[in-house]
Amino acid sequence: MQLYTSRRLSNYLIVALSLGATAFGLLFLVFVLGTLLVNGVGALSPTLFTQTTPPPGSAGGLMNAIFGSLAMTVIATLVGTPTGILAGTFLAEYAHNSRLGEVVRFVNDILLSAPSIIIGLFVYSILVVPMGHFSAWAGAVALAIIMIPVIVRTTEDMLSLVPNELREAAAALGAPKWKIVVTVTYRSAVQGMLTGVLLAVARISGETAPLLFTALNNQFFSSDLNRPMANLPVVIFQFAMSPYADWQALAWAGALLITAAILVLNIGARLFASWSGLEK
Amino acid sequence: MAAKPEMVAVTAARARRRPAGGPGDAVFHGLTMFFAVLVLLILGGVIASLVSGALPALRQFGFGFIVNGAWNPVTENFGALAPIYGTLVTSLIAMLIGIPVAFGVALFITELCPKWLKRPLGTMIELLAAIPSIIYGIWGLFVLAPFIQEYVEPALIATFGRIPGLGILFAGPPLGIGVLTAGFILAIMVLPFIAAVMRDVFETVPPMLKESAYGLGAITAEIVWRVVLPYARVGVVGGILLGLGRALGETMAVTFVIGNSHHIHASILQPGTTISAALANEFTEAVSDLYQSSLIALGFILFVITFIVLAAAKLMLLRLQKGAGATA
Repeated sequence: MQLYTSRRLSNYLIVALSLGATAFGLLFLVFVLGTLLVNGVGALSPTLFTQTTPPPGSAGGLMNAIFGSLAMTVIATLVGTPTGILAGTFLAEYAHNSRLGEVVRFVNDILLSAPSIIIGLFVYSILVVPMGHFSAWAGAVALAIIMIPVIVRTTEDMLSLVPNELREAAAALGAPKWKIVVTVTYRSAVQGMLTGVLLAVARISGETAPLLFTALNNQFFSSDLNRPMANLPVVIFQFAMSPYADWQALAWAGALLITAAILVLNIGARLFASWSGLEK
Repeated sequence: MAAKPEMVAVTAARARRRPAGGPGDAVFHGLTMFFAVLVLLILGGVIASLVSGALPALRQFGFGFIVNGAWNPVTENFGALAPIYGTLVTSLIAMLIGIPVAFGVALFITELCPKWLKRPLGTMIELLAAIPSIIYGIWGLFVLAPFIQEYVEPALIATFGRIPGLGILFAGPPLGIGVLTAGFILAIMVLPFIAAVMRDVFETVPPMLKESAYGLGAITAEIVWRVVLPYARVGVVGGILLGLGRALGETMAVTFVIGNSHHIHASILQPGTTISAALANEFTEAVSDLYQSSLIALGFILFVITFIVLAAAKLMLLRLQKGAGATA
């Protein structure tokens, strides 16, 4: 009886510990989001979207930073998506049991988790140094490089889920391989691939480290991609570290905007995936 | 639009004429291969640019760079010891806190929680991973650091700080900003990554093994220690290394709260710096060539460390996949 009680107690203990760990993790999710809401909503105002970043002590908004972030994210997506999808296609359709495929897969996984600041250094040395100045192009390229491995990975995973019978049926009708891939495999995997792109966009929209040495920042509105361009993450970084209360409030507002956008993208991608029946 | 029969016939006839599939196939194959090779080129380019950028500093300081604790932009005497030390110590703290918690979370999701809760819980943990590091940074600076300064650090100083020997880790005034806070933020950030991998790995344990153990009267703790962990050992280590790779390279969250001091303190309550924080803070301000090159050399060291950790993680997870495939 004694043994039974002690075993039951130790079972309760492990359940309690594991429950505590889960509560600890969720506590921080709620804590971070809660702080963000409290501080960010207070700083939200229509001028955020109509005025540019102010000098300390005067009113202003984040219009130039929002524009810069959107512009660089769009360019990065336009560059990163086709690159990632085609490379992922190679891995899923052409590289079964091939040495090259294995190497690319391995390198892609390394790039997937490589520190993003290193990507910033890389783009700095291949674009910023030869051009002689920081630019929005360099920022967009850095973001695209961070995006590519994510898309390669999801594209390969999604294409591998397409049943081989579909490819065989198309091949039996005499379709050439490229046509099978484009019109049959892509078509049945398109939702999954789109989910991957959405998640990749979510991933880069909060990236700060690679933009520090590439797009830098700009106090003013600029739509010239050859010049440094303001962007939300770097503005948040500089304003939050500053001693000025109104800059810190703008940083909170920017942080709220970014997090809201990322959560919407993430939850949207998930809903989209489950709606199209991809999730297990 | 349904395919017209004559179109299919034409395609078939074309296929018969050119069994290889025609030029379209070669072009498409080449195109996809080009972009796959581009992925390799990116990694190659990263390595090449880091090496060439770091060369002036490495030529100047030699291998002494790694063990030199000085960092003086005025006299141009640079050493990597303080940032390397800070990177390793913050990651160590992150792992000490993050691994047990992630283990608990994964255990709860796979073994204990009711089925309807599995999906929402998993999603919430994954959302924790989706929050960008700059958000953790600003939160750490304004919320966590004051909290740690006010409550955690005085308690640590009053308890562990009094123990001879161990006390040196908790010496000095409670600043809030420092190595401990940075490590704690990293722990929260790597938690979802490690938990997600552990959950996936635990799921690979065949239910029959667990059911047999339960049938023999084992309690959950014994199932975990004697059945799940031995079966999933390699994958768990892989997941931990993946989290470690993240922690080592994490930049923004750490930069906000570590204090950016190139002095090595034994106390984890004092400010320090990490490789990525030094890069984020100083790179655009590095005016002299040697200063910039020293920073790139730091980046190169970080890349080498994370590369080794990530490659090890990847190889372990691959081994698990092959193992699971063989037994299934």
